[in-house]
Amino acid sequence: MAHNIHRLVVALGLALTLGLFAPQAIAQVNPTAQSVTEDALFEALGNGGSVTGRITIPDAHAGQLIAPENRVWAALQGETLHTISIWAVIGMVALLTLFYLVRGKIRIDGGMSGRKILRFNAIERFAHWTLASTFIILALSGLNIIVGRTVLLPMIGEGAFGTLSAWGKIAHNFLAWPFMVALVMIVVLWLIHNIPNKVDMEWIKQGGGLLKKGVHPPAKKFNAGQKLIFWSVVLGGAALSFTGVMMLFPNEVATFADWQFYQTIHALTAAVLSAIIIAHIYIGSVGMEGAFDAMGSGEVDENWAKEHHSLWVEEVKGDTGSKARPHPAE
Amino acid sequence: MARLKFLCDADRCIECNACVTACKNEHEVPWGINRRRVVTINDGLPGERSVSMACMHCTDAPCASVCPVDCFYTTDDAVVLHNKDTCIGCGYCSYACPFGAPQYPQTANFGTRGKMDKCTYCSGGPEPDMSEVEYIKYGSNRLAEGKLPLCAEMCSTKSLLAGDGDIIAEIYRERVVTRGYGSGAWGWRTAYGETVTV
Repeated sequence: MAHNIHRLVVALGLALTLGLFAPQAIAQVNPTAQSVTEDALFEALGNGGSVTGRITIPDAHAGQLIAPENRVWAALQGETLHTISIWAVIGMVALLTLFYLVRGKIRIDGGMSGRKILRFNAIERFAHWTLASTFIILALSGLNIIVGRTVLLPMIGEGAFGTLSAWGKIAHNFLAWPFMVALVMIVVLWLIHNIPNKVDMEWIKQGGGLLKKGVHPPAKKFNAGQKLIFWSVVLGGAALSFTGVMMLFPNEVATFADWQFYQTIHALTAAVLSAIIIAHIYIGSVGMEGAFDAMGSGEVDENWAKEHHSLWVEEVKGDTGSKARPHPAE
Repeated sequence: MARLKFLCDADRCIECNACVTACKNEHEVPWGINRRRVVTINDGLPGERSVSMACMHCTDAPCASVCPVDCFYTTDDAVVLHNKDTCIGCGYCSYACPFGAPQYPQTANFGTRGKMDKCTYCSGGPEPDMSEVEYIKYGSNRLAEGKLPLCAEMCSTKSLLAGDGDIIAEIYRERVVTRGYGSGAWGWRTAYGETVTV
């Protein structure tokens, strides 16, 4: 009997507890009270936030529901980078044209001597031309990605432009690898010659002799201007390689924000480096007499070498005996 | 002309994923590609909401402004479509999209991106309407048949609405007024620059 009363009390207590608390429990799941709203979520996230939730498909990126900031990158890519890339190329070409009109082709003051000195051996030339040829295709196909739709598309039509761009993308993806190999090669070959030193200060003070006729500041194998090119290529190339590889394997790395960041750095570096390389191509070809031979045959005229790399000529001449170099026929 | 939009009434979505399945089946979308998905916000917490999301067919679409080959176009009904013959699979549209709509089959070199695929608002692509080549590339063209997107048409709770923006906004507004609450027209401000005010 007592046992039954005890049971009754427990049951009553339970009923009373439920009776008291049940309405409150229902209130907690009332959708009007605590329903999540988009506005409130964005407010809580602040600027740059995105709404993310749980997803049942394997693609983790799909959990991001809304990322309004992506529109900011869209404007940056579609307008700002587009403008910068066009001006980097047009600006440099205009500058060089002006330079050519004012200064003309830089001649060898002493004229051709007829005697040749080996400046770049076969390995150095191989590394240079691998880097150069891949860079040109990479730069053109890359530039096409940024400005092609406004420049090339109206000229050749959608079909041809689509085919060209598709091949350009394939070329860009595959030629990136020999570019990176050649980049490592020139670092190994030329790093030692490109450490800045006191001679460079004097070279810079005299403007490299570029602006005035007959001025030839002393320089070793590479003068300050060439060192600038070297470091631009090495650092710029490294930045392009890293960001490029990150974009080449999009599923392995990163988030949308990271891809946007890599793409922006990639495009900006490419624009700057392309402008520098256009200047490099100019001075190595039409801009200066005798300069192309260094990378063409590898042998430069002695008078050219004396004018532009006086200290290097002394170095090379100093140890003529130790190196079996071909004697000119007399 | 109508201005076609999607509106997901998250207070009705029960995360059944029928919209996802309907889309995959209607267009024979390949494995790994999700033109539509359901994301659950505040999962397991009070006030949890699920939102079905696909391409929102934005006004001033960011994908179109970043596309290097200009393969996007907007139809008279304001549906954002693209040309797979021109697309090079660069991925830029996926970086620019606020809704994660662009999808890529992993067929290109280094096993990464092939030509982009996304929600077409069940209205195919640039090929002739309801042609076989259009079906193979973009899936079926229900709009040309006079039907609305299947995901919205078969939504069991009528959470996902498709149709002219003004009409579906009015339906949603009525619902919110009647039941007294609403978590908002998800993505509208980002996609169209304006939301549904009640």
